[in-house]
Amino acid sequence: MVSGSCPACGTLVLAGEAFCEQCGHALGVAGCTTCGAPAVGADGYCENCGMLQPSDRDHVEIELEVAAGVSDRGLRHNRNEDAMALTAAGTAADTVAVGVVCDGVSTSPRPEEASQTAVATAAAVLAKHLGEGADAETATREAVRLAAEAVAALAEKGGDAPACTYVSAVVGRRQVTVGWVGDSRAYWLGPGSEALTGDDATPGTHMLTAWLGADAGEVVPHIRTFTPDGPGVVLLCSDGLWNYHPEPAALAAVALNATPRAAAQRLVQLALEAGGHDNITVLVIPFGPGDQTEATVVFPKEQQ
Amino acid sequence: MTDFTMRVDQNKYLPTGSGEVHAIVTVEASGPIERAPTVEAAEIIIVDTSGSMSYDKIAEARKAARAAIDTLRDGVHFAVVAGNHEAQIIFPDRAMLVPATPESRSAAREAVTRLVAEGGTAMGRWLRRAADLFSDFQQAYPGAIKHAILLTDGKNEHEKPPEFAANLAYCAGKFVCDCRGVGVDWVVAELREIASTLLGSVMDIRRPEDLEADFRAMTQAAMGKTVADVALRLWTPRAAKLNFVKQVSPTLEDLTGRRTEVDALTGDYPTGAWGGESREYHINVRVPAGNVGQEMRAGLVRLVLPGTGEVLAKGNILAQWSDDPVQSTRINPRVAHYTGQQELASLIQEGLQARNDGDLDTATARLGKARGIAEKAGNEETAKLLDKVIEFDPGTGTARLRRDVDKADEIALDTRSVRTVRMSKDPEA
Repeated sequence: MVSGSCPACGTLVLAGEAFCEQCGHALGVAGCTTCGAPAVGADGYCENCGMLQPSDRDHVEIELEVAAGVSDRGLRHNRNEDAMALTAAGTAADTVAVGVVCDGVSTSPRPEEASQTAVATAAAVLAKHLGEGADAETATREAVRLAAEAVAALAEKGGDAPACTYVSAVVGRRQVTVGWVGDSRAYWLGPGSEALTGDDATPGTHMLTAWLGADAGEVVPHIRTFTPDGPGVVLLCSDGLWNYHPEPAALAAVALNATPRAAAQRLVQLALEAGGHDNITVLVIPFGPGDQTEATVVFPKEQQ
Repeated sequence: MTDFTMRVDQNKYLPTGSGEVHAIVTVEASGPIERAPTVEAAEIIIVDTSGSMSYDKIAEARKAARAAIDTLRDGVHFAVVAGNHEAQIIFPDRAMLVPATPESRSAAREAVTRLVAEGGTAMGRWLRRAADLFSDFQQAYPGAIKHAILLTDGKNEHEKPPEFAANLAYCAGKFVCDCRGVGVDWVVAELREIASTLLGSVMDIRRPEDLEADFRAMTQAAMGKTVADVALRLWTPRAAKLNFVKQVSPTLEDLTGRRTEVDALTGDYPTGAWGGESREYHINVRVPAGNVGQEMRAGLVRLVLPGTGEVLAKGNILAQWSDDPVQSTRINPRVAHYTGQQELASLIQEGLQARNDGDLDTATARLGKARGIAEKAGNEETAKLLDKVIEFDPGTGTARLRRDVDKADEIALDTRSVRTVRMSKDPEA
């Protein structure tokens, strides 16, 4: 459709018109950012000029009491196909922080929908199971299973299937449990910094060997539980960050001496300065054995 | 129900300042193949009975028509038309299609036995007669599969070109027609024009005795069709220029001029009837250049039933501007393959034309180059046919025209030049 109706008075308006001829209502609000036509489809493409519209996910920051995340479109992509979620979960006696990062596969249709669906599903499933006292590995396995189902259900008959990667972390008092499918990563930054995940990708390329999507077959997540030796930070990120900075030590140098939010902002900035070729998403979740006061040990500069 | 899937192969990345987008769209239809489809269908068998068909050709044509009649599923409406300078319905005895039953098949076989070869050739009139039979049937059975087989052995001599063109245009969209030329006196271009307009195929039948098996196979294929009148619906952006829409597999067919406008930005291209099969289309569209990082939908491709608007499958053709030359200069292997297949067909057709015009240098150059492409792209059958027209030295890559070429080989090479091969290695695998 190249024309539509005025949202104020319902009069037929033509593509490219900035105002309704009948009532003068400004039509540009919902119009295409390139040609101005009030005809942007549900899939984000302008139905007049074809241009993909930027979304409100271009730059997102989220903050929880003790953790934070930043997701950015980057400099070279037209929209942000990454998605993230951060939530507190567990029981009153044993609160845990939960983070999920998913990266929509650019070559699939509606990748931003795939990643958003996956993080929303996984975060809800993790919160529910952990709240009911399930162990972190069981909860993670269930989260991946249901997120995979939800993404697979996005496929339309006769078309290609939306797809995304998956990485989640359940950060408890004593242990960290990560689960992943694809090439989004989890890092432990602190004493003995290391990557906690191993990419499902052909080495040296970005060819994924596993993903969430209707064309993925059975999804079997990798799950790993890790007991850190001391306080530190769990970092979840999409390849928009680790493409430039894969080394745990380099990431630790930036992430450890800041609040979670500042750390996430700095890491995103680092990737932007390096070229920002892809969407960048970073979740920073501190780990500190014991209670909240001890947990703040991770931020020595803040205490001074 | 037949399920359709669509896949788009392309390199969506474009260098700054460019807007040339190429994509190969693969459409696959899968459905109940073993169980006889319950869809309504109609078949008309058109047999050339001009004087030149005398002796063994008419005898083999009778056998072939009988084989086609025997292959008709019970309940398929059918008729047999005998064509010379006019068209005569030899079965049934009224101007209508009748359902296939043991009795009607037997009566049709009997009628075919009485076919005699005499008179001239006016294929447009045969087709018009078939179109009228189909139109009456269509009233009662909308959405039915309508298919015809046309067999000829000669040139369309007894109908002026304007009359032929009008007759053919009259038939367009009313039914699908597969054409067969037997012997060496028919004209490839004429049958190609018919088949192209009526969304069917052309094949050369070198020996009359091969007709029977071919007619049986063709009728079987027609009986396997489950969805009639499918269209490829293409949306392109307002400022875009659509350069071409071509079917590139299993045969080359330029659909660009066959567009029916749906709205200012959307057009339908007819694809005829579908059974369990796969076809590929090459679409080339030029869009205004965008900025680095911007992504544009350069085309929305949908497979639709134009009558109801039902969308059977869809896919996006995209453009995204990149300043990374590694990304933007890569040519999608499938696009490259079918670009090569189109070049191969043009080289053969131009080469044969030049040869007939006596321009031997051009003929040698074109056919020699075609031989090289055929070898590289895996067109084994084409390479073999080329070897009957030229002598090719694989060591030096040079070619020489053969002096004595069997007319049947030349016809086969021309006819089959539009048949493509699929990619030998799938880059996705």
